Amino acid sequence: MSSKTASTNNIAQARRTVQQLRMEASIERIKVSKASADLMSYCEEHAGSDPLLTGIPTSENPFKDKKTCIIL
Amino acid sequence: WDSFTTNKEHAVTMPCTWVMACAYAPSGCAIACGGLDNKCSVYPLTFDKNENMAAKKKSVAMHTNYLSACSFTNSDMQILTASGDGTCALWDVESGQLLQSFHGHGADVLCLDLAPSETGNTFVSGGCDKKAMVWDMRSGQCVQAFETHESDINSVRYYPSGDAFASGSDDATCRLYDLRADREVAIYSKESIIFGASSVDFSLSGRLLFAGYNDYTINVWDVLKGSRVSILFGHENRVSTLRVSPDGTAFCSGSWDHTLRVWA
Repeated sequence: MSSKTASTNNIAQARRTVQQLRMEASIERIKVSKASADLMSYCEEHAGSDPLLTGIPTSENPFKDKKTCIIL
Repeated sequence: WDSFTTNKEHAVTMPCTWVMACAYAPSGCAIACGGLDNKCSVYPLTFDKNENMAAKKKSVAMHTNYLSACSFTNSDMQILTASGDGTCALWDVESGQLLQSFHGHGADVLCLDLAPSETGNTFVSGGCDKKAMVWDMRSGQCVQAFETHESDINSVRYYPSGDAFASGSDDATCRLYDLRADREVAIYSKESIIFGASSVDFSLSGRLLFAGYNDYTINVWDVLKGSRVSILFGHENRVSTLRVSPDGTAFCSGSWDHTLRVWA
């Protein structure tokens, strides 16, 4: 009896997996060449406003050292 | 913490020994945190010294295993949580009610990240079953799944445009997955890197990927070229978490050496 319910559970689970996979297989995909071109153009566009990429002038940098290091 | 003066502003003690997740509310008025206590608690922030923050604590989420990650959605009113019980869940903060649960991972869910757009209602989660899954928050359905990592996925982060996401894993690689092409498009790895990546984040433009590793270093990868730009030393124990600041001028890394370091 228990083996029968176990196999029914497995079947139900397998059916769900198949359904999920069918759903995933049917989504619309674009070509990687187009996707990567889009990623590249996004990077180019925003590169100017990225402080970690293009750097900011030291006068504006809130993290720059305020006092010189004195060695005692 | 105040990151410019390095002063500790508030400390909140939690009843459990490990706090594994914390998040700021979008308004900056509350924080959510949780860990081995299986719950996510929200604390309203107050700068009044006479108020005891712990007294106003509200328990929002209840899982059957540890809480590994939490994040507010676009508003202060909803929280998304990921747990060691293999599920993610969306909760209403006011009532503490479960709005939606997401089942599908075969093992502990270690991380999650929300899609960046204001109207976005998808999020990605990564787990110990080596899968990264993208979910629709309204229906609770898994929309896409990616299973190319060879070990637990420790961290996932959306690319700034929202069309891709990166993941860091115990298999010592970081990978970039494109959502519209529905596949992995880049791997960031080197033979000399053998320790897992615990945390990843993108710079503002998405050109740089910062990844903290268990070998105490942070590697900076060029997202488009797939090559390493630089390696940052400084921590004395494994780097467990890493985040770029919202204005993109610096990023902060937290480590098992009890320090948080801000890199600019």
